[in-house]
Amino acid sequence: MIDPLTARPDRPGPIAGRAALAKLAAALLIALPLVLSIDVVSASVALLLEIPLLLLAGLGAREFWTRTAVLWIAAPLGAVTIALYGATSGTIHLEWFVIRISDGSLALAAATAVRVLAIGLPAVVLFVTVDPTDLADGLAQRVRLPARFVVGALAGMRMLGLLTEDWRALALARRARGVADQGRVRRALGMAFALFVLAIRRGSSLATAMEARGFGGTGPRSWARESTWDRRDTLLVIVAAIIPAIAIAVAVLTGAWNFILGPTA
Amino acid sequence: MTSPTTPATLEAHGWGWRYATRLRWAVREVDLRIEPGERVLLLGASGSGKSTLLQGFGGVLGGADEGETHGALRVDGRAPTEARGRVGMVLQDPDTQTILARVGDDVAFGCENLGVPREEIWPRVRQALDAVELDVALDRSTAALSGGQKQRLALAGVLAMRPGAILLDEPTANLDPQGVADVRDAVSAALDATGATLVVIEHRIDIWLPLVTRVIVLGADPAGTVVLADGTPEQVLGARGAELAASGVWVPGHPPVVPPAPAQRPGETLIEARGLTVARRRGLAIAGPFDLDVRAGEVVGVTGPNGAGKSTLGLTLAGLIPAESGSVTALPALASDEKADPFRWSSRALLTRIATVLQTPEHQLLATTVRDELSVGPRALRLSAEEIATRTDELLARLRLASVADANPYTLSGGEKRRLTVAAALATRPRMLVLDEPTFGQDATTWAELVGLIARLRDEGTAVVAISHDEAVLDALHARRVVVGR
Amino acid sequence: MSTSTSGSTTGSASAAAASASKGLGRPELWRWRVVDIVVASVIAVACAVIFLLWNVGYEIPSTVLTPLLPGVQGLLAGPWLIAGVLGGLIIRKPGAALYTELVAAIISALVGNAWGPLTIVSGLVQGLGAELIFLLFVYGVWRLPVAMLAGAGAGLACGINDRILWYAGADTLFTTVYIVSTTVSGAVIAGLGAWLIARGLAATGALSRFAAGREVTARV
Repeated sequence: MIDPLTARPDRPGPIAGRAALAKLAAALLIALPLVLSIDVVSASVALLLEIPLLLLAGLGAREFWTRTAVLWIAAPLGAVTIALYGATSGTIHLEWFVIRISDGSLALAAATAVRVLAIGLPAVVLFVTVDPTDLADGLAQRVRLPARFVVGALAGMRMLGLLTEDWRALALARRARGVADQGRVRRALGMAFALFVLAIRRGSSLATAMEARGFGGTGPRSWARESTWDRRDTLLVIVAAIIPAIAIAVAVLTGAWNFILGPTA
Repeated sequence: MTSPTTPATLEAHGWGWRYATRLRWAVREVDLRIEPGERVLLLGASGSGKSTLLQGFGGVLGGADEGETHGALRVDGRAPTEARGRVGMVLQDPDTQTILARVGDDVAFGCENLGVPREEIWPRVRQALDAVELDVALDRSTAALSGGQKQRLALAGVLAMRPGAILLDEPTANLDPQGVADVRDAVSAALDATGATLVVIEHRIDIWLPLVTRVIVLGADPAGTVVLADGTPEQVLGARGAELAASGVWVPGHPPVVPPAPAQRPGETLIEARGLTVARRRGLAIAGPFDLDVRAGEVVGVTGPNGAGKSTLGLTLAGLIPAESGSVTALPALASDEKADPFRWSSRALLTRIATVLQTPEHQLLATTVRDELSVGPRALRLSAEEIATRTDELLARLRLASVADANPYTLSGGEKRRLTVAAALATRPRMLVLDEPTFGQDATTWAELVGLIARLRDEGTAVVAISHDEAVLDALHARRVVVGR
Repeated sequence: MSTSTSGSTTGSASAAAASASKGLGRPELWRWRVVDIVVASVIAVACAVIFLLWNVGYEIPSTVLTPLLPGVQGLLAGPWLIAGVLGGLIIRKPGAALYTELVAAIISALVGNAWGPLTIVSGLVQGLGAELIFLLFVYGVWRLPVAMLAGAGAGLACGINDRILWYAGADTLFTTVYIVSTTVSGAVIAGLGAWLIARGLAATGALSRFAAGREVTARV
């Protein structure tokens, strides 16, 4: 059922319907503390605790894997970098020029991989269900960011949807004009530039249209949609704060805590 | 809780505006008075400043860094920028007037800006949507609407602000016939409901004439912008009908000149389509199956309702997108030593065989000057420099682009950009030309020019596929119809 | 007119100094127009697309570069820094660089990438890097050297930020090479690149509502 006033789309589960601001806060609260340490324990504990969150977020399986695909690629790649060049400690297994694979660097590599997942997965999942208008309402009404900027940015952001269609048309045009056979990079740059021009021209027209509807004036502005915050939003934020807290506590207790600005980082 | 709208008075007292990027004054010393509740059709040749005048009344021209002004514009006696909310504007491009993602939110936007209390906003939104007869749910995505629906949505957004004056700057120029009719009806209903003052700029005036009570024609002379004519539609069109038609307005009774019927029969078949179904994305067939031949010296007219798949069919015949099922075969007369399926051809191979002009000129601008734009194709063919120069000069002359030969293509006017994209397609002398909505949004003069050009190409033996929802174009070209969709 | 400029000998230098002395005081500098906000957001969206594409595209060059010299993959950081410099060059108002880079990063995070919400932190830091350079020139100089410096500033901020958040296990060699690489990448790809893009855009007439567009083309 869609409430005509708030008009939030339908997704199953208790999380998808939470205020966008709550989801943003939750993602930040999970991520920031986990960044402070690079060890397998805190990252793994956090990841385990996040699983219920991921399952309840309201994403279908296909959507989940498509959206998080980047993470599943980036985690091992980041790990490889650290394995090859991370701080050395323990037995050195391989040395070649500046590459040094050691016990320490391997441990850091594993930690990095899990950390990417622990930080990235909840963020992607939470953000996928964020409605931009909802977020803008929250930022303007609750966080009190200036309305002109929030709404102006929201309007400009909608352009993203139009741009993908233009890309396709640009590619077809290049094929039709005989220049699509070689120089893929050069062509892509040319297309990207054409996209920029289109986007800016549209943006200027959009600005005029917004001014024609009275936007940008000096008088007070009202809000058609009320940005709500209820107990369930607070609950989400609390849960998001607890997850890294537990993870860090476990890491500290088992001695695995490895502060990133510390001596052995 | 609905407050009735008082229609607004619009006045110009010796007003002028010059854009910071131009030498010429767009409008100069114009004097006008539009009474409350009047319905005015504003006409004039391009360059007469009518759009600038309208934007001036709307208060959207910008500040001191964007141009200079003299004289005064008044809406109900106040400057337009102080009268926000008294004037509502609907502009030409449907896509850049949808501000928010959902229909209800978009209509409510204007009310929010005016500080209307929340309890009053949503009833106004529902009223405005009813007034324009846009029967969609409030949470419907605005991006999913058709052009006509988007323009009606913009109108609803304007009506929700309860303006005293409604200004329309070519609101139907970018719409298909159904959309045009819908918007016109919506404006008519809105005026009946509110009695607001109306000023509309359009070059297709036949549908607006029954609605307006006064026609004002603007023109430019050395002294400034002058009102060339001002009176009832019958008076003005009677006195100046032919002149207006010559300046690009579609005046009833003065249709543009159409080219003569083809003198010869169609020639050899170049492309054969058998059992062809087309799709925008693989697996989602939207139209077909088609069996058709494209022959030299003939125009095939692809027509049908909006979204039916006309462009998709055209692009498939042009070898730009693959067929979903069935076949598109280029016969040896066209293919010469290439494979039979044009989609398999290299981009270069397409150049001398099938050229395509897409719907939006801005998608097809590749170079930084008009001259370079015309030489992109010949250079890809590795022609000699002299040959390229000859062809370029010929096309510049033929399509009247010589005066802008060194300008950046993006800075050309709409009609010039269209001529440019057609010229660029012709630079490689293709045997077949596919044109997607060639006369879309153009005034009568450009319309006649392009139609004449296409007819001449047909008579020279080029095979033409013209996609258009404008039946008049296809009639003028004596096109063989292919109807897509019901 | 201010005559308190000391040591300036050429006319242009004193003119520049004179405008700089009322530089930050110009009232039109501080009020963003609606078109400024919307176009800055549009630039941010377009750059977010670049970010998203480069998120995938950088993987292969990275795996090639990484074994060569630890940290040199920082040279690939440039595309992620372009939003701030470009926004600053076009909008030319205080906060433009920061705003554009931050909004681009937020969009990139919302759509989904490997770095999640920390992308927003990166955006903030990188935007500040460019913003500070533009501030140093009192938002009055927009030529190529300033653009490249702004790119370098963003790159430097990026390098430091990444080293702290993502390469926390790395050694000194990596750190140095990485930060130098990101700075160079910022100067060349983001700085020079953004400047070229801005010039190209101005030539198309798309920036006619901005000073950046009007100074390139004469009145026609």
